[in-house]
Amino acid sequence: MSTTTTTTSMTAMAHALNQALRDELDTDAKVLLVGEDIGELGGVFRVTDGLAKDFGPTRVVTSPLGEAGIVGSAIGLAMAGYRPVVEIQFDGFVFPAMNQIVTQLAKYRHRSEGRVSLPVVVRIPVGGGIGAIEHHSESPEAYFAHTPGLRVVCPSTPQEAYTLMRAAIRCEDPVIFLEPKKAYWSKGPVDRAAGAASREQLDRARVAREGDALTIATYGALTATALKAADELAAEGTEVEVIDLRTIAPLDHETVVASVRRTGRLVIAHEASQSGGIGGELAARVQRDAFFELEAPVLRVTGYDTPYPASRLEEEWLPGLDRLLDACDASLAY
Amino acid sequence: MEPTLDLRAALRDMILARRVDTEAIALQRQGELGLWPSMLGQEGAQVGAGSALRPRDVVFPTYREHAVAWCFGVDPVQLLGLFRGTTMGGWDPAERGFQLYTLVIGAQTLHAVGYAMGIVRDGDVGTGDPDRDRAVLVFLGDGALSEGETNEAFVWAAAQNLPVVFFCQNNQWAISAPFSVQSRVPAAQRASGFGFPGVQVDGNDVAACHAATEQALAQARAGGGPTLIEAVTYRRNPHTTSDDDLRYRDAAENDHWRDLDPVDRLRTALLASGEIDDAFLADVAAEEQELAERLRTGCRALPVPAHDDPFLHTLHTMTPELARQREEHLAFVAAGEEGPA
Ligand SMILES: Cc1ncc(C[n+]2csc(CCOP(=O)(O)OP(=O)(O)O)c2C)c(N)n1
Repeated sequence: MSTTTTTTSMTAMAHALNQALRDELDTDAKVLLVGEDIGELGGVFRVTDGLAKDFGPTRVVTSPLGEAGIVGSAIGLAMAGYRPVVEIQFDGFVFPAMNQIVTQLAKYRHRSEGRVSLPVVVRIPVGGGIGAIEHHSESPEAYFAHTPGLRVVCPSTPQEAYTLMRAAIRCEDPVIFLEPKKAYWSKGPVDRAAGAASREQLDRARVAREGDALTIATYGALTATALKAADELAAEGTEVEVIDLRTIAPLDHETVVASVRRTGRLVIAHEASQSGGIGGELAARVQRDAFFELEAPVLRVTGYDTPYPASRLEEEWLPGLDRLLDACDASLAY
Repeated sequence: MEPTLDLRAALRDMILARRVDTEAIALQRQGELGLWPSMLGQEGAQVGAGSALRPRDVVFPTYREHAVAWCFGVDPVQLLGLFRGTTMGGWDPAERGFQLYTLVIGAQTLHAVGYAMGIVRDGDVGTGDPDRDRAVLVFLGDGALSEGETNEAFVWAAAQNLPVVFFCQNNQWAISAPFSVQSRVPAAQRASGFGFPGVQVDGNDVAACHAATEQALAQARAGGGPTLIEAVTYRRNPHTTSDDDLRYRDAAENDHWRDLDPVDRLRTALLASGEIDDAFLADVAAEEQELAERLRTGCRALPVPAHDDPFLHTLHTMTPELARQREEHLAFVAAGEEGPA
């Protein structure tokens, strides 16, 4: 038997997040977790499984049922020197906390002229495609990205989830940490020794696959779909570059622009509805910075401008492989 | 005031509503429903409250009020659509005044307050005419007591003396959080801090729940303002079919409450007093069979909406951009149905 210990193992994203929370709880006594059902139950997605048992009820707190209370009190805890990581149970239930997030959490650094940092992480399971009922499949990222003062992070793989979560907890800014539910149970290698991503990495998009014919920019659960699309196109001899944005705010458009300068084509994909979405912001920046390199209009593949539909309609409503391939074909046809 | 509950009818309603619940769980297990929030054990509270309603009253439910829906005449098949993923609503709230289920905890308490304000402005309170006076009955769980919005609803209801009855089913648990996480005092006691009466009742006693609700609704209709009713009961099944309740509570607690089951309790009492006999129960059982059959076929027959349904109902009038997206989507779906070229 080999004596070399490896730190890499195949891990589901939910578990990778659990490990990141555990490692930060271990490292920094000021870190604490607060949220509905996160204690004994381990959260409805089991992301906090076992943590209450190991760290006790003062560091892993099952809160009363109130999102304004969860975020508002986290603000106070942060003011008192703690680093709260709070859980909102589902995307659709963050809205009672919006006042605290938008009018308080996002603004306090600015108002205190930089004197006060609020290192609060707000974890939110997001996105659809899991056959859920109302309010359990939403993509609220644009609301947060539109609010100056917040960072918005969305990992796409277990490793990304692990390193970005640790970085988010260490970050001095409030971070809205979006966890794509559809990716919770897909496994990937996780190297715990990789530790936390640096602050700089937290602001950087990741080239998930290299190519020179076209760029797909996406994030979260759709990254896997984009990689599949790239595989299919590669089989036809078209090499597509896939960029996983990782952070939605700040938006690393430079990485996308650099890619588009080589490929001349950009398809942006996100689940959230189109109008006012992140895709529009990215498209505007890319046409400003790479206007002369563009061979085709920037195309978007997104959710439609309707409420998230009943689950029997979601498969076609959500941007999936076919719609992404159609958009790539349309871009390549210019 | 003499309570008007017909106990035989109440028992029948409780048994039939329970059958809706058990059939729905079975349908979920068969993959026909994505999820089901069971109300097993809460029939006494719900039938007690639901049977106190008058046709002109309005109900604002959460997502677990299956027996109230039953009492208020909502087709139980329609309750299934939301959980089957064929609809985001499932019934016409205007038809009976049974509003759509609310999944965001506490949100409906404020809607109830607003509706009650409307009733006051319409002059439908305190006229003494039983065909005119109306009230609002809003349901909430013990967990909902912690939401800011619920507390705002209490403040508004009190400040404006509104014809609204808050019916809190304290089933002891908000998913995994016991009542002690939400409150140090009984829910009913909260009301006095807001300036209106709070009543605690045995939620597994259908007659007590009925009497309390009937009285509170009568007071509301007469212009006497809001009441908070706390029906102390127990959620015997997991929170929903996706929950694993043995992670946070032990089976012994459940056994204790099973012995206090509201349906068994009433059935035993009525058999003992001779108000019902085996023939009555056989009739109800036959009705149950029919209902179960109707639910099974009805569930499978619930129409899947057309692909453009979300586009048609997003705004009153479709915008040109949305119309474009609708065309694009329909073309995409049609191409998929043709299969690969
Ligand atoms: C605003 C909001 N936050 C969180 C949730 C997730 N959630 C659904 S039900 C529930 C517990 C509700 O408990 P309670 O109010 O006691 O009602 P019960 O389910 O026991 O009937 C939670 C936390 C939600 N639906 N809405």
